[in-house]
Amino acid sequence: MPLPQRDQKTDQNESEAKVPYEPWLRITPEWNEPNFSQVSPEAGRRLTYAEAIREALDQALTLDPRVFVMGQGVDDPSGMFGATLNLHQKHGVDRVFDTPLSEDALMGAAVGAAIGGMRPVYFHNRPDFLLLAMNQLVNHASKWHYMFGGAVNIPMVVWACTGRGWGSAAQHSQALQGLFMHVPGLKLVMPSTCYDAKGFMLSAIADGNPVLILEHRYNFKYQGFVPEHIYRIPFGKGIVRRSGKDVTLVAISYMTFEACKAADELSREGIEAEIIDPRTLRPLDESTILSSVAKTGRLVVADTGWKTGGVAAEITAMVVEKGFALLKAPIRRVTSPDLPTPAGYTLEKAYYAGAPEIAAAARELMK
Amino acid sequence: MNLSRETLLPLYFQMLRIRKVELRIESLYHLDEMKTPIHLCIGQEAVAVGVCSVLRKDDLISSNHRGHGHYLAKGGNLQAMIAELYCRETGCSKGRGGSMHLIDTSVGHIGSSSIVGGCIPIGVGLSLAIKMQKQDRVSVTFFGDGAADQGVLYESVNFAALKKLPVIFVYENNQYSVCSHVSARQAGEILFHGMSPELIQSFRVDGNSVLSVYGASREAVERARAGEGPSFIECKTYRVRGHAGSGPDTALGYRTAEEIAAWEAQCPVTRFRDKLLADGAITEEGIGNMEQEIEAEMDEAFRLARESPLPRGEDLALYLFRE
Repeated sequence: MPLPQRDQKTDQNESEAKVPYEPWLRITPEWNEPNFSQVSPEAGRRLTYAEAIREALDQALTLDPRVFVMGQGVDDPSGMFGATLNLHQKHGVDRVFDTPLSEDALMGAAVGAAIGGMRPVYFHNRPDFLLLAMNQLVNHASKWHYMFGGAVNIPMVVWACTGRGWGSAAQHSQALQGLFMHVPGLKLVMPSTCYDAKGFMLSAIADGNPVLILEHRYNFKYQGFVPEHIYRIPFGKGIVRRSGKDVTLVAISYMTFEACKAADELSREGIEAEIIDPRTLRPLDESTILSSVAKTGRLVVADTGWKTGGVAAEITAMVVEKGFALLKAPIRRVTSPDLPTPAGYTLEKAYYAGAPEIAAAARELMK
Repeated sequence: MNLSRETLLPLYFQMLRIRKVELRIESLYHLDEMKTPIHLCIGQEAVAVGVCSVLRKDDLISSNHRGHGHYLAKGGNLQAMIAELYCRETGCSKGRGGSMHLIDTSVGHIGSSSIVGGCIPIGVGLSLAIKMQKQDRVSVTFFGDGAADQGVLYESVNFAALKKLPVIFVYENNQYSVCSHVSARQAGEILFHGMSPELIQSFRVDGNSVLSVYGASREAVERARAGEGPSFIECKTYRVRGHAGSGPDTALGYRTAEEIAAWEAQCPVTRFRDKLLADGAITEEGIGNMEQEIEAEMDEAFRLARESPLPRGEDLALYLFRE
């Protein structure tokens, strides 16, 4: 398919760009992912991030009559940023349907439907809205299997996409993975590549447990090589996105791409960074992280969420606990500051950390 | 409503059985061998029995913290329930759930939540699954007046009505949430009675009359099976015992002894027994036989529970996920 063209300037100053009539149309994938070697480029086909998710859903709906997709706007003209686009036309409105703005009840309905033999996939625009459904997600979905001694299981998928930019502000930009990572009984996936977006959606649907997939809006800027066939990716298997001997960059979700930019920059300075993308936070692939730290002795953890009590804090604590002797320098965290997200673009720019902060942290460790 | 003896006697037997099990639990609770918070349903037996007696084995129910009666009325295994109260490995939840988390999927009981109102939307989801699989089963969710304070009930009823789901909301209004009377929490009558029957069929019944509950439930179930959508049954009853634990709680002073006595005079088990005796449907001897049968069953269940193994510490991490 032809690559949509975009003005590079628009990306660098996104908040200053002219606002089109439909804000989500501004997420036009025009960047190719770095070649992460999961799929050979000779495999041919590139999909956008949204197309990769949509293909997973399409295949799952075709394959398994128990699967259904629901959520606010999954059947609307924009189709959840394209991830569910027109699936209701292909699979019917009984299996792909819009929901009332009743997150609490509908999350419970997903739990009940899962107990009743279905495989619900419940879409939310933003993780912020999941807070309305915490009772069902944390108190019920994540507990039912354990609490009843394994008598029933809850095969359900919950999906949300963290916002960023366009003045989305404090209630449409929260990266809440730290909250969800805290909860036993809930699997937590944060894909970064198109390949992973498809593979983990299929793995999540096939899993017998509640799985939360948290995407990032900026992931939707990318397109990458995605096989046509159905494939699944195991949970708890991180991946080395780039090999290096000097410093380990553990990067979550979209931060993988920022880490890639940082690694390019560092490489020009003679610092070889190794990038680990954990891909799933629950379960967390501790051994891949520790093996890398064993090699480099230095660790920067980059997350899209907050610093205090968050994912970066947890990964840091894990390495200190299990790999203290491997460290040649203190661990650095690159995260959002412990503040609500501002709307104004000058403040947004100050708020978000990325490649420059990751590179600066790595340089510090090399001193 | 003309019901045969074959229908009437099991209604009484089930209520009597629940009452006697609750009284046995209560009488032994002070020994501190059942180390789990109990919420007795003494005085509310007619709701569980009236509803569940019109259900098939493959119909689904979801319940709450005050759920011993629902579990037994749906046919849940008594031995597994008592073992769960003793937190044994042989319990219905393998000692992981306790009194508030009973389950018996073999008879369509899919679990009980101790988060007030927690099972309301789950019951709706069960009915969604039933409808999507084109089955003729129904889903019943039991909740109390505390749950009726919650917004999730509105959301759940709306969605059930929107999708015409085969779900029955059983509002077991026992009038108290811990020590707070329903009048202190709700502005007036619950609003679902005011909805069009096309959207949801509502019933207001004497929750201490098993036949009233039975009649409304039968109509609601027929409606649900016929694909005509959800029903809402308010069963007004009374929590005779305290919120949790055993024994009367009159000393707390939030309600009067006279109020409790007035409701005890409306005991659903006694009322129904008197009616059956007056109608000649049962004899004192027949009742005595029922009591003996229940006593023997309970003796065995409590004995087995006490003798059963406790979960082992090394199995702590089992059941987090389905492998």
